Amino acid sequence: MGEKFTESEMARLDELLADLGSQKGTLIPILQKAQDIFGYLPREVLIRISEKTGTPLSRVYGVVTFYAQFHLNPRGRNIVRSCQGTACHVRGAKAILSELKKQLGLEGDETTTKDLRFTLETVACIGCCGLAPVIMVNDETHGRLVPDSVKGILEQYS
Amino acid sequence: MSSVKETTVTMTIDGQDVTVPKSYTVLQAARLVGINIPHLCYHPELAREGSCRVCLVEVEGARSLAASCVYPVSEGMKVRTNTPAVRETRRTVVELMLANHPEDCLFCVKNQHCELQEIAADLGVRKVRFRGDKREAQKDEANPSIVRDPQKCILCTRCVRACSERQGLDIFSSVNRGFNSIVEPAFGLGLDEVACSYCGQCTTVCPTAALTEKDDTQLVWDALADPGKFVAVQTAPSVRIGLGEEFGLKSGGIVTGKMVAALRRFGFDRVFDTDFAADLTIMEEGHELLHRVANGGVMPMMTSCSPGWINFVETTHPEMIPHLSTAKSPQGMFGAAVKTYFAERENIDPSKIVSVSVMPCTAKKWEAKRPQLCDSGYRDVDIVITTRELARMIKQTGIDFMNLPEEEFDNPMGISSGAGQIFGATGGVMEAALRTAYEVYTGRTLDNLDFLDVRGLAGIKEASVDMGDGLVLKVAVAHTLRNAEKLIGKIKSGEADYHFIEIMACPGGCLGGGGQPYPTDAEIRQSRIDAIYRADASMKYRKSHENPAIIELYDTWMGKPLGERAHHLLHTHFTPWGGRLK
Repeated sequence: MGEKFTESEMARLDELLADLGSQKGTLIPILQKAQDIFGYLPREVLIRISEKTGTPLSRVYGVVTFYAQFHLNPRGRNIVRSCQGTACHVRGAKAILSELKKQLGLEGDETTTKDLRFTLETVACIGCCGLAPVIMVNDETHGRLVPDSVKGILEQYS
Repeated sequence: MSSVKETTVTMTIDGQDVTVPKSYTVLQAARLVGINIPHLCYHPELAREGSCRVCLVEVEGARSLAASCVYPVSEGMKVRTNTPAVRETRRTVVELMLANHPEDCLFCVKNQHCELQEIAADLGVRKVRFRGDKREAQKDEANPSIVRDPQKCILCTRCVRACSERQGLDIFSSVNRGFNSIVEPAFGLGLDEVACSYCGQCTTVCPTAALTEKDDTQLVWDALADPGKFVAVQTAPSVRIGLGEEFGLKSGGIVTGKMVAALRRFGFDRVFDTDFAADLTIMEEGHELLHRVANGGVMPMMTSCSPGWINFVETTHPEMIPHLSTAKSPQGMFGAAVKTYFAERENIDPSKIVSVSVMPCTAKKWEAKRPQLCDSGYRDVDIVITTRELARMIKQTGIDFMNLPEEEFDNPMGISSGAGQIFGATGGVMEAALRTAYEVYTGRTLDNLDFLDVRGLAGIKEASVDMGDGLVLKVAVAHTLRNAEKLIGKIKSGEADYHFIEIMACPGGCLGGGGQPYPTDAEIRQSRIDAIYRADASMKYRKSHENPAIIELYDTWMGKPLGERAHHLLHTHFTPWGGRLK
């Protein structure tokens, strides 16, 4: 695991912890900023945060797993959000999702491609039901999809 | 205390007026008028959580039913604990818990000791109207002491609080959210991968079978059934103090003789007493202390009998290892002696001896598996069961325990002193050591054997003993790892200048151990403590060095305390246990 992040990233974490580590009530901001540095929250980072803040590791882990915004595994460069809301559901979201998985080569509970190019997530509603079924890739929305449109969309992101 | 008016409130519970301290909750107040409100997450010795919702009551003027365990009392408050809405809602809450709970009460190790089961029965739950998913999580059975079964967990978080508040270890946390919520160590690791001390306090507060001792009873039955084996058992000082509670005796009852009789009826070839080995521990540890004092050894010396404490030092405070007495725990000394001294004396092939111990402790199971504990040339202690497991074994046999005759331990390793007996209470090892160290050092007889300063349930106790010729021995006693951590801090800061410190990992000492009968609270611990000192006071010998079996052992076989044979068999070493996440 150690080689996945650089010394300068760790130095930035230590700087952050020197800044906020001794203040009460700062665990969530620390975790957010640490995730900004590393892209996710590796185990070593959580251990360092626990040591420097004095918050037990189990509690740090409990907080991280409670919030959907925190990630324990590396994330892809591009985040694909597949909408599973009611409108998308009735207009074939399931087929879009399974085509996404097929194109990305993800099996079972896997969410991130091995080359870290994509992370696939489902969301309850993106809020543009008129475009159902819809997906978002990063900040861009792609709507009125059929399974055949998936491949071409993914090819736009490297 | 200021005036009664300011510090109390008067309220009505089910039509009964009651005046209670202002700091009380409704649940505590109800108890005063003879109403036990059912509860699961609430535990009288832990921080209040209010998460299980079983303790709901009606409070006049409140919008909805209130969780009485966290609801503060107030002047003029009117509470009803037994209305149709309360009964129905409590029952529904329990049904919802049961909807996600395995339906295997008949086969569960906590059958008839389970608080969820008891409450379901009390509330008259006859069927579960809901069908929920069961949690799919693996049991953690990778360590020798504690089994964690997340399927049985009702998320009350008593274990989270007990581990944090009593031990300061914070092994558990609530993890994930919603249906995926689970109580587990960081990263879902096993207890053998984190800094768990195996003290087992979590198992004493868990209302269900989510946390239990590892059951080794079948190993004992197998050994007893093997005609080629010579099976010897030792029983720790606290077992005889707690065991009776499993058979309806009020806490504080002592069942030594009946316990010996039961073990003999199981078919054990010898029924011995860990108290004998406790006397042996005092001989070695006491002399080690005097040796360190005389030779400028590492100070303060700290006791090493409590394996939860040893585990904590090796895992979390390896820098304290030089402070630990190298004397083995009584269990360890007994194991080494039974396969050497006793085997030779009785001409028994030690390879045929199965050495079983009954302990109030889950960490003792781990201690027996330490690679260091095979100085006899064999595994010194083969099987460890807890007080609770012994009770289950007795129940399996159908023996009418309370009507058993009183029987005596076998010789020679069944003869002990009161000093060995008090090992079970916090401060007991210290007192036993002082009785011997004083007399050995000064050559004088102690006028008063009772060192009252080191007795009782205070978290940290201090005393000093004038040994004559200018030496005043300063000692301290702590129980629970949270208090141990405080003492370590004082030692490191140079604030403490003790010669000798006794640490027990569990509250009250071994009598409040992780393997003792349910439930354990401060009152029960105190009555067990009283029983231990009662037993001590009634003993023929009260100092370890006056135990004739100990004198004979040294004279005929062992040589001198700290001598060559003693060094080999009765002393051990400790090693940092890295790689466990803290």
